[in-house]
Amino acid sequence: MNIHIAHGRVIDPANGLDACLDLYVSQGKVLALGQKPDGFRADRVIDATGKWVLPGLVDLCARLPAQAEQTHEALALEVRAALAGGLTTLVLTPNPEAGFDSPEKTLQMQQRLAGLTQARAYLLGAMTQGLQGDVVSKMGALAGAGCVAFSQGDQPLLDTRVLLQAMQYAKTFDYTLWLRAQDPWLSRNGVVASGAYGTRLGLTGVPVEAETIALQALFTLQRATGVSLHLCRLSSAEGLALMRAAKKEGMPVTCDVAASQVHLADVDIGYYDTHFRLDPPLRGQRDRDAIRQALVDGTVDAICSDHTLVDAQAKMRPFAQAQPGATGLELLLSLTLKWAQDARVPLPEALSRVTSQPGRLLAALSPAAAQAGELSLGSPADICIVDPEAYWFVEPSALVSQSKHTPFFGMELPGRVLITLVRGQIVWERPS
Amino acid sequence: MRNPQLNRQGALNHLLTTEGLPPRILNRLLDLAQHYLLDSAESVNVDASLSGRRVFSLFFEKSLSTRPSFETAAKRLSADVVRVQIENAVLKTGDDLVEIIRNLQAAPGDLLVLRHPQSGAPYLVTQTLAPYLHVINAGDGTHAHPTQALANVYAIRHFKNDLSNLTVAIVADVMHSREARSTIHALTSLGVAEVRVIGPLSLMPKGLEQMGVRVFTQMCDGLRDADVVIALPLQNERLPVSLRLSAQDYAEREGIKMETLAYAKSDCLLLQAELAGQTLRVGTLNWAEVGIAVRAAALSMVAEAQP
Repeated sequence: MNIHIAHGRVIDPANGLDACLDLYVSQGKVLALGQKPDGFRADRVIDATGKWVLPGLVDLCARLPAQAEQTHEALALEVRAALAGGLTTLVLTPNPEAGFDSPEKTLQMQQRLAGLTQARAYLLGAMTQGLQGDVVSKMGALAGAGCVAFSQGDQPLLDTRVLLQAMQYAKTFDYTLWLRAQDPWLSRNGVVASGAYGTRLGLTGVPVEAETIALQALFTLQRATGVSLHLCRLSSAEGLALMRAAKKEGMPVTCDVAASQVHLADVDIGYYDTHFRLDPPLRGQRDRDAIRQALVDGTVDAICSDHTLVDAQAKMRPFAQAQPGATGLELLLSLTLKWAQDARVPLPEALSRVTSQPGRLLAALSPAAAQAGELSLGSPADICIVDPEAYWFVEPSALVSQSKHTPFFGMELPGRVLITLVRGQIVWERPS
Repeated sequence: MRNPQLNRQGALNHLLTTEGLPPRILNRLLDLAQHYLLDSAESVNVDASLSGRRVFSLFFEKSLSTRPSFETAAKRLSADVVRVQIENAVLKTGDDLVEIIRNLQAAPGDLLVLRHPQSGAPYLVTQTLAPYLHVINAGDGTHAHPTQALANVYAIRHFKNDLSNLTVAIVADVMHSREARSTIHALTSLGVAEVRVIGPLSLMPKGLEQMGVRVFTQMCDGLRDADVVIALPLQNERLPVSLRLSAQDYAEREGIKMETLAYAKSDCLLLQAELAGQTLRVGTLNWAEVGIAVRAAALSMVAEAQP
């Protein structure tokens, strides 16, 4: 199918491109920009006047329903939600139900996702068997089944020796480990950041040292093993300072932050609003400002959606007992644009944190992900077309995902995805 | 953000915490308590302010004094007290709270006295489950215990009259004590000149100074020139095992003794922790009656408010 996207503002951070150009898609790839290629006949012309034409977003942390056969429809719905949010590439985090700790399970999930033929999904394999944290998994077999890196998901790893062994084994084959930096003992039972606000609410805090100690331990073992690390969802000013130093030292490390952490702080919890029960917990305004600064100065590579499936019942509990997490797929773009507006970050630079930068990070892990998050000539035509003028209210009816809970409920956010293409096919079109 | 305890007219609709309560409301509660205390002393006329209203008494934790105190107060106000029995005191998921509140089939105007091991549980009730119900927090996790704080403040006001030039020292496990937190908030809201907290650093939550208190670790420093000393137990049931021995050690080493009390002012008022099942007298005050009176004040005041 040949598609002609006409008169749009094409913003491609990977190539430093920000111009009103026509874009031509053929055979699943970006065929041309600007001049119409000879003999090109469009099957469909999309008038993108006043709209933005962006590379499909790359999300480094999405949790999809993956456990059992009967969730096939649920899985399809979440993939649609991703596409509705302009996300065309997802990294799936392992969880205890769908551990991705056996090649069979991994292949099964790959097949199910392939059956959906839409968003591209990359799986993180379980770093330890069943994510239990005591036996290093069969990383080689898992990589053979398609896992691009290895992770503990949200599960804690108590045994430092196992961590060292996992790093040594991963380094043997140059696999990358994707890890959270949170000391399991200091964060035990913690539901808010330690600080004045958490103290007022009488809730157990996670001290900032939970993050810094974990980072120190990870960096120490990384120096010993040389393994590549990606650190997921850093949350504190002190943690980011350590990260900045590690990058300066030239260590092979990258990191991301969750989109909600770019905007919110612990005081936003208000009177025990469980929408704000997130993991890692929201920290102070100083930390939020440090996250924004670290995004600008390159300490943080990417913003992720941190998409979690939560239902009403799981949130309708006293704060500490409510399920942590929020829906995120359909908010990632808008929250990135809001950050660009609030912090006066140039648009291409802001967008690079959800397109080219996570794309490059992923491309380094898998040849299949080459050119993810960019619109170079010949790159896969994963594209989203955005109405920048459309402000939308975050409410359940505005979301495709079955997961409707978000701390941004009731807020008006900028930018709405109108059309999403994957491999040159229109896979999502917002009903008018 | 609107204070969830107040209705649109600014009247007290729920009593969830002493934090952020305007002095006019705190003083009104204390005045009402004084009125009820005099009534009980003279055992005069029957008070019918809650006649025909139901007061649900729902306690997810054991309570030796607070629950009877609330129920007596409600009965004295002619309310129908409904004591809700909880089968299993150990609640894991938090879904039980939702279920039980729904099953109450509360009607508008009913009151709920709730104690729950989770901080913030009463807020869940007021915001989502039964917004028209008047909720009184009888202790939630480590967050708040407003009526006990009111009893403390009542005693202070009774003996010291003017709060504005007082130095009040609180010896407590502030990390885990909801009574300590609520007392701090009530005292600072009422303009007490200096509120101090004394305890080991392992029991001081982060950011405590931002509640407007001065933190002391040594008893002699903390008690110096104090007008009032409130001594709460350092070892309550919410103290984690890892801190038990050290808390005991601190109590033995630094606990209030005659020689440390000598650092306080000579007319210092000492409020000791309430001892279960014992009739305490603080000076000329019957402590159990004070507890009933402040609870009666809380019940009648929230019952007056339009939801």
